[in-house]
Amino acid sequence: MKEKSRNVYMVAGGVTKFAKASPEMDFRLRVKKAFDYAMNDAGLTLADIDGSVASYFSDHFQRQLMSGIMVQDYLGLVPKPSKRIEGGGATGGLAFQAGYEEIASGRMDTVVVYGFETMSHVNTWKGNEFIALASDTNFDYPIGGFYTGYYAMMAVRHMYEFGTTVEQLAKVSVKNHGNALHNPYAQSPMKLTVEDVRNSPMVSYPLTRLDVCAMSDGAAVAILASEDRAFEITDHPVLIKGIGTGTDSMRLADRPFGEVPLLPNEKPSDYKDLKYPGVHSFRAGRMAAKEAYEMAGITDPINDLDLIELHDAYTSSEIQTYEDLGLCKYGEGGQFIDEGKPELHGKIPVNPSGGLLAAGHPVGATGIMQAVFMFWQLQHTVKKHFHDDYLQVPNAKRGLIHSHAGTGTYVTVTVMEAAK
Amino acid sequence: MTLDPDAKLPETEEGTVVYNTDPLIIRSHYEIDYIHSYAQDSEFFRALGKKKLMGSKCKKCGYVYATPRSHCMMCGSETEWYELPLKGRVHTFTTCYFSGEEFLNETPFNLVLVEFDGVNSLFMSRLIGADTKDIYIGMPVRAKFRRNLKMNVTDVYFVPDVEK
Repeated sequence: MKEKSRNVYMVAGGVTKFAKASPEMDFRLRVKKAFDYAMNDAGLTLADIDGSVASYFSDHFQRQLMSGIMVQDYLGLVPKPSKRIEGGGATGGLAFQAGYEEIASGRMDTVVVYGFETMSHVNTWKGNEFIALASDTNFDYPIGGFYTGYYAMMAVRHMYEFGTTVEQLAKVSVKNHGNALHNPYAQSPMKLTVEDVRNSPMVSYPLTRLDVCAMSDGAAVAILASEDRAFEITDHPVLIKGIGTGTDSMRLADRPFGEVPLLPNEKPSDYKDLKYPGVHSFRAGRMAAKEAYEMAGITDPINDLDLIELHDAYTSSEIQTYEDLGLCKYGEGGQFIDEGKPELHGKIPVNPSGGLLAAGHPVGATGIMQAVFMFWQLQHTVKKHFHDDYLQVPNAKRGLIHSHAGTGTYVTVTVMEAAK
Repeated sequence: MTLDPDAKLPETEEGTVVYNTDPLIIRSHYEIDYIHSYAQDSEFFRALGKKKLMGSKCKKCGYVYATPRSHCMMCGSETEWYELPLKGRVHTFTTCYFSGEEFLNETPFNLVLVEFDGVNSLFMSRLIGADTKDIYIGMPVRAKFRRNLKMNVTDVYFVPDVEK
């Protein structure tokens, strides 16, 4: 932060159950359900809301432009200020940060961030095509436009550079699908073994069906407030302690081979021979973490943070992200999961909700879903909202959420901390 | 007098495909032809017909891009066209068994990022003539070009650079 701004708190959240297809509701009604849940939880009325941010990725999925204003209208929030935020897979994380900025700047005291995506209007193959239009349409898309293919090439290079194995990737899938067994909002809870993951159909070598998230319908809502308002609304608001955003080149082919931007817990000698980021790592994820850590005063991420919800659209990207966030050094991501550190009862639970792999990935809702699950963890209200406290991380005081767009082009990191 | 209370829309027989009645789910068709300009990238696509692979080189800092761009990502200066070697190596690869709808009938296919000597960045392409188990990082590959051009980036592809 160049200059100190106002403190911003999250005061309520709501999520719909994510599903492959839920045609009984359209996007407006889905957001309304999540919105009412959050508003009721916080005891707010429409008059308490100063404005909103709409979060959705693709106009293609619904073939409806201006979906944002349709939601604003349906929720009864017109004529209040609103805007739409879009940044691929990171749309939700970027929109959450845009909501933060509305409060931090002093423009608003209470803001609603609502996210949604309705991907079931087309078949999965067409959906893959729409998503691939988020790659360069001159040079990348016509070759076989398929994001799983791009991430698979990154995974192959990560395996080559660092010796990461397909079994290590599979362990992420086992962990996240298993956690989701206790998340009633999750799309794909499953009890799996490493063999199950490896034996499922190959999508893009080395990623199998169970290494990859699915298409989803869903909505999520986060309500943010200024310090004065937050403590009027709830006794347990959650402080947004730091935000960071990184970017990288659209084309994987353009990623440079330079030096690692270091976190406080690293030194140049850790990475003497590593060409960075190449196509093995997400430089945008590292830059986002660096900015958020500086703002939040985090110098030793694995010890300063209690839990993480990160963007695991692919098992490989979860392992790559352990490293970007400095939970371990570059090259140690595979070992990190082997040692059980990101398991629910491990050193630092990662994706206790099940993540994108198992909770689902309705793109515009995803980053906000992470904020809602993190909010409930830090409020210690998982039992209330899930009717099951299995996933409640006992010592949850400070957590990190991480949202990520295609091959790491936009990445956001937000650090959240219980106010008491 | 032009007011006509007996005005009536013509009836047609096309009807609509209905997938489900509760909720009511119908088929909605949409297609479009774009007038797509390659703009400042045009030379790359024209050169494929001459069996040339054109990258770019920054006039100021000398950074060389395998995938062309008319301004340098490193320093913001203008670049010039730079003819790439037609032989390179596999930097990384995958084999896609699924894809977007447009490419489903081409599966399985290999994607590769190719590295070239003396070039700072990579080039994404298809690799044919090799199965997943035959491909490795560092594998020598060479560019081939379609005879009948499609005027898109698939006019160039790579094959293993080995003796027959």
